[in-house]
Amino acid sequence: MISFTLKGLLTRKLRTALTAVAIILGVATVSGTFVLTDSIDKAFDSIFSNVYQNTDATITPKSPFDTGDGSGTTEASFDESLLPKVKALPDVKAAIGGVASDSTQFIKDGKAIAYGGAPNLGFSVDPTQPQFNSLSLVLGAWPGNDEVVVDKSTADKEDFTVGQTIGVQAEGPVVPMKISGIVKFGSVSSIGGATLAGFDLRTAQRLFGKEGKLDQIRVAAKSGVSPATLIDQIRTILPPHTEVRTGTAQAREDAKDTDAFISFLRYFLLAFGLIALFVGAFVIVNSLSITIAQRTRELATLRTLGASRRQVRLSVVLEAVVMGVLASIVGLFLGLGLAKGLFSLFDAVGFTLPNNGILLETRTVIVSLLLGIVVTLIASFFPALRATRVPPIAAVREGAELPPGRFHRFRTPFAAVLTALGFGLLVLGLFSHGTSTVLILLILGTLLVFIGVAMLSAPFIPALSGILGWPATKIGGAAGSLARDNARRNPQRTASTAAALMIGLALVTLVATLAAGITASFRGAVNDIFTADFAITAQNNYSPIPISVGETAGKAPGVTAVGSVRTGDSLVFGSREFTTAVTPGAKDVMAIDWTQGSQDVMANLGADGAFVDKNFASDHNLKLGSQVPLTFVTGKTKTFTVKGIFDPPTGGSPFGPVTISAATWDAENPQPKDLYTFVKIAGGENDANRAAIEKSLNGYPNAKVQTRQEFIDNQISGLNSILNILYVLLALSVIVSLFGIVNTLVLTVFERTREIGMLRAIGLTRRQTRRMIRHESVITALIGAFVGIVLGLILAGILIAKVDFLVFSFPTTQLIVFTIAAIIVGILAAIFPARRAAKLNPLEALHYE
Amino acid sequence: MNENGTVVVARELTRRYGEGETAVDALRGVSVDVNKGKLTAVMGPSGSGKSTLMHILAGLDKPTSGSVTIEGTEITNLKDAELTKLRRDHIGFVFQFFNLLPMLTAEENIRLPLSIAGEKPDKEQFARLIDSVGLTDRLHHRPAELSGGQQQRVAIARALVSQPDVVFADEPTGNLDSKTGSEILELLRQSVAEMGQTIVMVTHEARAAAIADRVLYLADGQIVRELSGASQSEIGEAMEEIAAR
Repeated sequence: MISFTLKGLLTRKLRTALTAVAIILGVATVSGTFVLTDSIDKAFDSIFSNVYQNTDATITPKSPFDTGDGSGTTEASFDESLLPKVKALPDVKAAIGGVASDSTQFIKDGKAIAYGGAPNLGFSVDPTQPQFNSLSLVLGAWPGNDEVVVDKSTADKEDFTVGQTIGVQAEGPVVPMKISGIVKFGSVSSIGGATLAGFDLRTAQRLFGKEGKLDQIRVAAKSGVSPATLIDQIRTILPPHTEVRTGTAQAREDAKDTDAFISFLRYFLLAFGLIALFVGAFVIVNSLSITIAQRTRELATLRTLGASRRQVRLSVVLEAVVMGVLASIVGLFLGLGLAKGLFSLFDAVGFTLPNNGILLETRTVIVSLLLGIVVTLIASFFPALRATRVPPIAAVREGAELPPGRFHRFRTPFAAVLTALGFGLLVLGLFSHGTSTVLILLILGTLLVFIGVAMLSAPFIPALSGILGWPATKIGGAAGSLARDNARRNPQRTASTAAALMIGLALVTLVATLAAGITASFRGAVNDIFTADFAITAQNNYSPIPISVGETAGKAPGVTAVGSVRTGDSLVFGSREFTTAVTPGAKDVMAIDWTQGSQDVMANLGADGAFVDKNFASDHNLKLGSQVPLTFVTGKTKTFTVKGIFDPPTGGSPFGPVTISAATWDAENPQPKDLYTFVKIAGGENDANRAAIEKSLNGYPNAKVQTRQEFIDNQISGLNSILNILYVLLALSVIVSLFGIVNTLVLTVFERTREIGMLRAIGLTRRQTRRMIRHESVITALIGAFVGIVLGLILAGILIAKVDFLVFSFPTTQLIVFTIAAIIVGILAAIFPARRAAKLNPLEALHYE
Repeated sequence: MNENGTVVVARELTRRYGEGETAVDALRGVSVDVNKGKLTAVMGPSGSGKSTLMHILAGLDKPTSGSVTIEGTEITNLKDAELTKLRRDHIGFVFQFFNLLPMLTAEENIRLPLSIAGEKPDKEQFARLIDSVGLTDRLHHRPAELSGGQQQRVAIARALVSQPDVVFADEPTGNLDSKTGSEILELLRQSVAEMGQTIVMVTHEARAAAIADRVLYLADGQIVRELSGASQSEIGEAMEEIAAR
């Protein structure tokens, strides 16, 4: 039996290959994801361990909570007088102090240089202590006073040369500096899109606004002294609000943010791999079912020869498993190429990731192979069962059809129940708490809905083919009509083939509808709140900028009102919250919906006033006059009194849950930053006014002046980049389903050989034959698209009904694009089968057994 | 083996398709004894129920009422697993359209019943069987590379390889030209005469029925006539007579 199975596989090479593509693509995405994230992980690892390789202990400021990158909150630096004390300790061999910044930009031709969301790092370097220096000089010399060294990658991209003068900006105005040299970060060839600027200590302290202060002290112990001993010694002289860690612990600490990002990226991409595999499972079930129906006589003969049901079932499963193993192996290696492609994709969207070589871990091999094989195994289960139902008597009957199975009558009700159950789980998931519970319920629910709808759509196929196939009858003539009838002939098969495409289209529709909803509600929110003429943000729309930007803009000629919103983190009621602060001018440029209090609250917050949003108030039982304790990054805690409560618009709130006055914020936060500044100017929104504000901000190349419309568009553009990535990733599933359609068509052409021969014999030309197959393919694809789009809209509707900040906005343009894409998929899928059908020799085909 | 030398015993077989007014009675009370070591032919015009009868005798179909016993085992109520075993060890089939597996060579096709049972053929016996069907130099060809006659020989060898108690042949010459058909009939006759094989053959050709020891005529679901040792022309005349009724 085994040789029969394997030989069977070899005869059906084409069919097997087409089915295998489904698994190959899914496994490739999974393995590609692991390879990509493992490679990035390794790159970051080497970056971080590089930095601390000769450091036994580090001293850093201690804050009551973790400050993320780009949150707007900077840790308070400590006094540099600590350094000589550390050096004086008995077990200390060497120590070095430094300062750093995550927003130090190179300014060329009045433009700030930044690549996507990658950080613009700046720090002090001391070439006299090379053991602590993670940079290596590639060209030129280390920086002297008011000089800078640039990382090689940025220098190459921007054509920087040693000796050239460029602008550098951190906290204050742009400072012209001479490039003294070009550096590389250790042995790493790529640090993603990050830019690196190195200065001598005094220059750096000045530039970052940290004169007389340090952000970090690195210590090397005398030989023979353990890091633990060193740490104990250092602890004895540690001033308040500082802490000491081992070098390794510090590296791990620094890596936390990137670890979280990599983890997120990994699960995000894996999800798409799993979606592709899910679609692949559909393709396998469909292909195998058709193949088995075509092998009825063969399987029946085996049964007459005495093969048991079990032997037949095992033969089918074995065939599937062999294919699964081979496909998984191919997919594993294709994944390596995919990882490279993903690096390029993210780069293209402005999200350059550090790349230090591709890493293939054992875990990747095992998981990829296992996933591919298990999915194939499960998918083959049902066709294998069908195969066992072939009765021996089918060996003597010609054109025997599989008997409808024992549970045939229950199929539609079962599908309906499954679909209902799926929707039920979805709704349950929306009302649950806890990220994992919600996710699991949503995913499970969606899976069941997909399977249920795929089964449920069969009875609707005749009607759908009739409607969606109507254009075919008009433009395709006789061939088109034949195509429509063919699609109607075996509704279950058409439904199963279309189902694979349905999944991909349902998901893109869901994404498009949600995005349209987010955009629409955001637009609505901004239109409600924005009463100013211009907005000022960072070039990349979301990074915090120094407060001097807002202050300077407020002094431009003609400005009648200016309000800025500070941004950062603090501990509120013990947990870290996104916190904002406003300048009094905000009351004239931002119109909030107050449930308690009024616009005047924003101007009258004073030293201890705060306003909160409605949800936060109800969560913590707050009303006017309630007390809210806030702990700042410096460690200082202050109590604030609630002076206003507002209702945030559905599309998003410009404030955090708690907002205090900018004055108080500035007093408690070193280097405060703004998220946006809004400006009202005499004459309103016009080019002259815009030019005036931009002129006043000449010293801040990173600041961007926008009208309300531009502000909305810019904020949304980030969403669009993400959307495009999602579409590309979902396109993978669509490609898998494309192969599913090809497969089905090839099989049906094979099955209808005699019929096609007859048609050719009575006068259907080759071209008409091709046209017939093509129309059939397009009709199937359109059915999948139609069901998918409707399903996607329903799923989006459910989600939107529950989630507050979304509104239902019909993404008309996208839906049209998706439908056209489906038609193209149909046309592409038909190319190969149509050629095969047209090549059939009528005479041979008619004699075909 | 039964003392009377019968391998297959059928009693009062009826087979009804459908229900109520549109019901069709393919068999209406047929009783048959198939003798060991003899070739029994079943003839009849189309719609007479001859194929249905054979399918039921072979265990491929279940009668609406009545019983079939093969070598003492009542097969009408057997479960699928037991029926499968019966087909494996005690029954052989020869089909009109050969029903060979296209991806296997002639040799693999012949050995298939044994492979399914997990057994290997006795080398000598196998060689003799191959020789008797005249396929010694065709063993490694696939069905696509064999002529119709050669394919049917492979099928016959396959049916005989497990030395079954009875071989059921369904229109074995139906897809062959008359010369090749004659060769096949010769082969079947040989297996009965030289190896003592029991064969039940359904056919509509008088020429084929002529090699049988006994010819049963079916019409409208019942046995209407029986001939033994008749010539081809006698058989043909009887056929026409029955068909004219």
